[in-house]
Amino acid sequence: MGMAAAESRFHVLAVDDNIIDRKLIERLLKTSSYQVTTVDSGSKALEFLGLHEDDRSNSGSPSILTNNHHQELEVNLIITDYCMPGMTGYDLLKKIKESSSLRDIPVVIMSSENVPARISRCLEEGAEEFFLKPVRKSDLNRLRPHVMKAVSKDQKQEKHEEEEEEEKQEEKEIKSQKHQEQQQQQHQQQLSPRPSGNSKRKAMEENLSPDRTRPRYSDIAAVV
Amino acid sequence: MDVGLMQMQRRLAEYTSALFKEGILDSQYVQLQELQDESNPDFVVEVVSLFFTDSEKLLNDLSRDLAQQNVDFRRVDAHVHQLKGSSSSIGAERVKNACIVFRNFCQEKNIPGCQRCLQQIKQEFLLVKSKLETLFKLEQQVVAAGGSIPTSGSLPTMQQPIL
Repeated sequence: MGMAAAESRFHVLAVDDNIIDRKLIERLLKTSSYQVTTVDSGSKALEFLGLHEDDRSNSGSPSILTNNHHQELEVNLIITDYCMPGMTGYDLLKKIKESSSLRDIPVVIMSSENVPARISRCLEEGAEEFFLKPVRKSDLNRLRPHVMKAVSKDQKQEKHEEEEEEEKQEEKEIKSQKHQEQQQQQHQQQLSPRPSGNSKRKAMEENLSPDRTRPRYSDIAAVV
Repeated sequence: MDVGLMQMQRRLAEYTSALFKEGILDSQYVQLQELQDESNPDFVVEVVSLFFTDSEKLLNDLSRDLAQQNVDFRRVDAHVHQLKGSSSSIGAERVKNACIVFRNFCQEKNIPGCQRCLQQIKQEFLLVKSKLETLFKLEQQVVAAGGSIPTSGSLPTMQQPIL
């Protein structure tokens, strides 16, 4: 099954109320080198994603959740059955798209029934793809572009955030420098030297809040 | 080459081929076989076993549902939908088709029709169960004799299933 060393392992959340279909989709995804978590309902999916059913906006980190072992796992794609009791796949899709923290995760819908109106409604609501069941290995090839697009978007955003953070740190340090200088002048002491570029970066890293750090994919232990 | 093993493999191939020819299994079963490998050597048996236990439960539920004073057709339909989905997912074509017919009677709220259909589904289920159990035994024998199980897609001169 050899994975290329450089290839990241993406994490897919699969939602289906049928036990056989869950086993099948799990195996299909693993064969395509995805990490997989399966749940049997839309509400469990939302719980896993860290969103409560009545939350509209979530100020928490996008798609980061903790499991019992306090690992942080990002969900890169959600694949869900359409027909489920309680919350349908469509309902779940809507809730995800309404959530500011989850809406960028690509969602794929599966259904055993080929109903054109259903398909277009899902696509209009923001689903990336609609798979007819039973899902085949060849269908999964269609997943990768959506995952890649979302991940590269995340990375761009992260880089942007890091750059912003750097700028803010610079400002902060300049201010605190000035303040220090003033204090020292008042106490008639020697001026402390300006920090070098290295310690500025170190200061920035120390100030990164936990929910900003994204784990390197290669460090993540397999979920299942 | 061990003649005994060859004969076993031939018997296995013929048996498998017949299942496809008779429409008891369809191409989805081949998909399952293709998902099996050295890292997951029991995948097909595991999924099929799940299908057996899950379906037995659903069939019991359906019997109970249809025996009620006031039949709840939504409930009945939900159960058949599950069974249709599972049978489709493992390639149990005849069971799946029987479920489709059942759902039509369900929509018409035709209880006798539903009951007849349920009997049909049960028959098809028992048939595929018995056939697959035999198939697994034949596979076990081949493996125990040192052979390997080909996927149905690679049957040499045998009847190829229509994929």
